[in-house]
Amino acid sequence: MTLHVASTDTVEKPMSGADQDRQAYLAKLLAQRSPDGPSWLGKIRDRALSIVQERGLPSNRDEDWRFTDLSGLYKTTFAPAAQASLHLQDIESLILADAPLRLVFVNGFYAPALSAVDHRPVGLSIHTLVDAAPLAQLGQQQGMTEVFTALNTANFEDVVVIQVAKHQIIETPIHLLFLTTGEEPTVTYPRGLIVAEDHSAVTLIEEYAAVGADTYFTNAVTEVWVGQNAQVHHHRIQREAKTAFHIGKTAVSQDRDSCYSLTSLSLGGQMSRHNPLVIPTGEQTDTRLQGLTLAVDQQVADTHSDLSFTGPHCTAQQLHKCIVDDRARAVFNGKIFVPKLAQQTNASQLSRNLLLSTKARVDTKPQLEIIADDVKCAHGATVSQLDDEEVFYLQSRGLDRDSACDLLVEGFAAEIIEQLPIAQQRQRLLDAVLSEIR
Amino acid sequence: MIKEKSDVILSVRNLTADVDGTPILKGLNLEIKAGEIHAIMGPNGSGKSTFSKVLAGHPAYTVTGGEVVYKGQNLFDLEPEERSRSGVFLAFQYPLEIPGVSNLDFLRVSFNSKRKHEGLEELDVFDFDDLVRERLDVVKMDPAFLERSVNEGFSGGEKKRNEILQMALLEPTLAILDETDSGLDIDALKIVANGVNQLAKPENATLMITHYQRLLDYIMPDFVHVMAEGKILTTGGKELAHELEARGYDWVKDEEVAEVAAR
Repeated sequence: MTLHVASTDTVEKPMSGADQDRQAYLAKLLAQRSPDGPSWLGKIRDRALSIVQERGLPSNRDEDWRFTDLSGLYKTTFAPAAQASLHLQDIESLILADAPLRLVFVNGFYAPALSAVDHRPVGLSIHTLVDAAPLAQLGQQQGMTEVFTALNTANFEDVVVIQVAKHQIIETPIHLLFLTTGEEPTVTYPRGLIVAEDHSAVTLIEEYAAVGADTYFTNAVTEVWVGQNAQVHHHRIQREAKTAFHIGKTAVSQDRDSCYSLTSLSLGGQMSRHNPLVIPTGEQTDTRLQGLTLAVDQQVADTHSDLSFTGPHCTAQQLHKCIVDDRARAVFNGKIFVPKLAQQTNASQLSRNLLLSTKARVDTKPQLEIIADDVKCAHGATVSQLDDEEVFYLQSRGLDRDSACDLLVEGFAAEIIEQLPIAQQRQRLLDAVLSEIR
Repeated sequence: MIKEKSDVILSVRNLTADVDGTPILKGLNLEIKAGEIHAIMGPNGSGKSTFSKVLAGHPAYTVTGGEVVYKGQNLFDLEPEERSRSGVFLAFQYPLEIPGVSNLDFLRVSFNSKRKHEGLEELDVFDFDDLVRERLDVVKMDPAFLERSVNEGFSGGEKKRNEILQMALLEPTLAILDETDSGLDIDALKIVANGVNQLAKPENATLMITHYQRLLDYIMPDFVHVMAEGKILTTGGKELAHELEARGYDWVKDEEVAEVAAR
């Protein structure tokens, strides 16, 4: 495949040294490209590639990256991840007994030996790139011109396509497991396309983890189409290695009368960023966004959510929680846009943050833009430490100080983790949170 | 319920304590024996709640002098959780809300920490569930409250009942009730008082701290102490409470002054 170079008829601006470094870094990343795939994909990739080249990589002078330093990422050279094989016992601690439908991707490649898709219910179709028909919906969500999203589109090795037919209710959760393995620093581009047709319902668990990998870069994109009156319960669990980099996009559109809920957990990565982007395109939709970020040591964990209404009578609730310890840093930027058309919107957003050390830091920015004049919108943010009175209350009931603190943090985290559909996974994640803060 | 030669459970001698450098307790003396129910009454700011928190080990209060012996050992040698495990229980005036922690889990962890301390096997989820359901009856509490977060969204009365439920599970040797009656309507007060009465045994003791005499209509004290300005001014029987209700706290202060003058 030939590389297209973006037209360069814009006015040349003088470039700083850092700008040049980033451009050289991007050029190196793109020079490694060798994505295969059907011919229908070529056009989509070409367009994405030109977007990447036109936009270039961001720095913290870009408003969207003001609080999150990408220089660590740009200092690391990542090779494209190669196909690798893992055994079932390597991923035992990630398998969920109550999610019998499982699709595993290793280094971006589908791993049939680790997956379990034999007993798929009526109305559920699952494909990867090799057997997918041309996907009209791929790369069609909003936000596809954001540079890391376009970088994924230009590079992904495979794509998981999950389609739920009209009126079909899929009872068991579908577990999507994106793994990275290997000692060399590599980059992978996991990609998902979820289509819930009208009046259907489905529950997804999208999980990112490492199996024997330390420093790597995951640049993930999942697009979700929620049809009329359809329901999608989406759970996204980012448990990358502590030295990894993770940038992910969840781009969702909701047709009228649909429900979409996203529970997003961010635990891993030295630098991680999640960008949920939800656009209700019809009226009377219901959207729930729940997030939990745990950042310890020197981790930087960033969530930039964007919920933009386009029609009337929609409701949305967002709760984002951060637990920050040591010298770690968490960022939350939650944008909710209520245009003139979106009358009778009922939306609330709350950012709650728990700082466990004096050096921990959180930057939280609720950002409500309301143009419509007949709406009910509320937002708030709290930043606090563990409450001494609460600790004493628990001590006075026989718990030692450490157990009291653990229980309080567990309670803080549980409000989000409880949303996950599988008890085994809830327990694993609660244990993971507690072991990180001890 | 007073027995001859009862064991002394709590002995407080000349206790003084500060909050942020401000003296609150100024030489408090009190002795409580097994089987006794004591009430401390007094106006706001007299140091009643401070006394209860000092006994429970609240970190905001600094003991500056005197001693407190609990079952033969120096109470101040024990951390708050050790006091709890060895049988000191404070029912909070304002029970805290702990979002995200289920009441049932909280009660089990608390109960098991005491069992462990006593060298007993911890109860598993199922056995504990049976026990707690049985104890719910003490305070006529709806089992639905077990599944909710600790005190979150509970009414004032429900919070106080939850405190007595904890007391019913922990079976303390010394129960300190800090204004447990405040903010309760009559029905809730009866339920709470009935719970406390069921739990009072010859081998344990109860210390009620209250502003109002009404609680004492439902829980009969053996001794009533009147506290003001950080010490106990006078001690009497139940009739003292009625006198206080009728004549106000100033009467005690005046009496004290008169007594001192007469010496």
